[in-house]
Amino acid sequence: MSSPRTSAGRAGAPLWQHAPRPGHGFVAVYVLLLIAFGVVPTGYAIYFAFTDAGNNFVGLSNFVAAAGDFRFVAAVEHVGLYLVFWLAALVVFVVGLALLLHRLAAGPSRVVRFLYYIPGALAGAASVMVWLFLLDPAVSPVSFLLRAAGFATFGQVIAPGHLPILFTLIAFWTGAGGWIVVMYGALNNISADLLEAARIDGANAWQTAWRVQIPLLRKWIVYMVILAFAGGTQLFVEPQLLAQASVGVAGRDYSLNQLSYDFAFQNDNVDTAAAISVELLLIGLVVAAVFVVRSGFFDAD
Amino acid sequence: MTARTALLAIGAALVLAAAACGNGGTTTSSQNGFQPAPQTGGTLTVWVDSTRLAAAQLYQHEHPSVKMDIVTYDGDANGSNYLQTKVSLFNRTHSGWPDVVFSTQNNEISWAVRAGFTAPLNKGLINQSTLDNWAAGANDPCTTGGTLYCLRNDLAQTVLWYNATLMAQWGYQVPTTWPQYQALGTKVAAEHPGYLVGAAGDDFTPEIYLWAGKCGANQITGLKSVKVDTTSQNCSRMASLLDSLVKNGSLSTSSVFSSDFDKNDAGKILTMPGPSWYGGALFQGTFKVPAGQVAVAPMPQWPGDGSPSVGNVGGGTWLLSAHSTNLKAATAFLTWVTTAPDYQGKIAPGYPAYAPIAATWLANQAASHYYAGDISAPLQAAARQVWPGWGYGQFSQEAIWAATITPGLTAGRTIESMLPAWHDAIVNYARSDGYQVSQ
Repeated sequence: MSSPRTSAGRAGAPLWQHAPRPGHGFVAVYVLLLIAFGVVPTGYAIYFAFTDAGNNFVGLSNFVAAAGDFRFVAAVEHVGLYLVFWLAALVVFVVGLALLLHRLAAGPSRVVRFLYYIPGALAGAASVMVWLFLLDPAVSPVSFLLRAAGFATFGQVIAPGHLPILFTLIAFWTGAGGWIVVMYGALNNISADLLEAARIDGANAWQTAWRVQIPLLRKWIVYMVILAFAGGTQLFVEPQLLAQASVGVAGRDYSLNQLSYDFAFQNDNVDTAAAISVELLLIGLVVAAVFVVRSGFFDAD
Repeated sequence: MTARTALLAIGAALVLAAAACGNGGTTTSSQNGFQPAPQTGGTLTVWVDSTRLAAAQLYQHEHPSVKMDIVTYDGDANGSNYLQTKVSLFNRTHSGWPDVVFSTQNNEISWAVRAGFTAPLNKGLINQSTLDNWAAGANDPCTTGGTLYCLRNDLAQTVLWYNATLMAQWGYQVPTTWPQYQALGTKVAAEHPGYLVGAAGDDFTPEIYLWAGKCGANQITGLKSVKVDTTSQNCSRMASLLDSLVKNGSLSTSSVFSSDFDKNDAGKILTMPGPSWYGGALFQGTFKVPAGQVAVAPMPQWPGDGSPSVGNVGGGTWLLSAHSTNLKAATAFLTWVTTAPDYQGKIAPGYPAYAPIAATWLANQAASHYYAGDISAPLQAAARQVWPGWGYGQFSQEAIWAATITPGLTAGRTIESMLPAWHDAIVNYARSDGYQVSQ
């Protein structure tokens, strides 16, 4: 990431000439963990991606091997389609629900915020398990909804064409609540004077949201999209658990991360597995860079 | 800026250090000539699944002097690859291998031999006279190039399970040929709609019907070679038989283990071709069919076929680590757990692969008075009739069927129309696991 120009301009003297402050201590702990569990494994993966089992440099041949696998193109399509559904659902519903939440009175708003947050407090895998029960017409508490939609068996619910929507549902339910609370916090930062001015100028709720609140939320939305994109390309737990629950009928070899996992642990080919994870890292970095540059994410207001 | 440079330098140094430690990517090969590790003795580490835990505990109870470390794991159930994952990590760290492992899978040697994990058993560790007692062909999935690398725990030969009470009540004959079986399904669909003559929704469906029908979709011809033919007459006539019964509703397309089968179909089973473990695990354990109803008949055959054949659904294997420092104790446990009547004859849930114990096991089953009539003769006959043309590759035939055929079946397509797609999927997965494929 490029360093923000504004901070350089603000600091009169170089930061590091001051005596150590408590902040540095906190950051140092984080930096150590980042190196141990972020930087070193990433470097290790990059090393693997360009070498073979005998540690010889092999250029791009691991990347070629990954792209040539019969599951690769399908996995890219699956993840791409899932991202379209997932990011669209996230932006539209998170912002929409946060705006509605902001209009509620303090009491109900507090209760609803708590309810939104609960699923996010469960571990990811546990949340997916809940959905596997919800989606099985034989045991689901909402089986009448599934039957009304024409699904009599679990096998019909998890037909291949339904998977992007099912994974979006699961991911939204488990992940969106936290973002709604974050957006709500961002909305609270918008000055009451500004909203008051809009009201006096005759703006209704819709116009206030569209012309005042959403433009001011833009950076938060970009931030959410960057993180959600990176998380979405790494789709793994949902299809993997579905594959287990359906005994392989749906979800096997669905995402790129699963393909990487298969290479590493089914074919004992860590190098090609590493090549796929490096590709995912690159895609995440490029998309983040594009969003940061296009949105002026680090510009001062 | 200097601080950032320093940080980068530290990071780079760590990366290099990690990279230098990580040159364990190559796997050792002990295919030619087995060289045991120094026999220093010590604790005997045994990995079992929760079902086989009873075996290890009984051994410890009977042999208190043996120092054992019993570890339960998922038994590689449903192709979880847990064992392979762990062994590949142990191969990198050069330590940690268990001495003896039970796996619910029959295909472990397809990777374990190349990974140098399994010790050859018929080259001095276990007497040939003992090994000769395994049911014919039972150890085929454990053998490559004449060397035996694991021992079969139980057989899962297929037979025709049926409800004797309903058959008598409705005046039906137990079918002995596939055309008779098809006619029975058609009759049931017309006279007692909702009742089933079988199920085709499981990932092991091809092992029940197509394996028994001698369909050559999975002919493992070497450690890394396979012949795949899914469109021969043997395959297509069985597929079209299944399609006709699915169409008239007498064959379920749900898995027998699914919640909707348990809820809607479990009480409506007239006949069901399936493995030997269906009796205890499915009819008695899951469906809770009352005693005195469930009976066993031989698998139907095609008319005019001189050599009767049945399929096989599972049956686990025991592996001995080539890295064991305690081969003597490990071999003693391995021999006991596969051949001792105390466990295999009396406690084991599956039909023992070690033939002399099978009679004890069957007598034990008969003593429970659960089944209607004699189950011993058909099960013992079927144990000798498993068609040898279907093998165990590293790729999972069950997973391929589940992902390729089952969704189409649910969507109303016929199995026969999907046989070419099945072929392509098998070839793709086999090649990605490094197999030479001939067609």
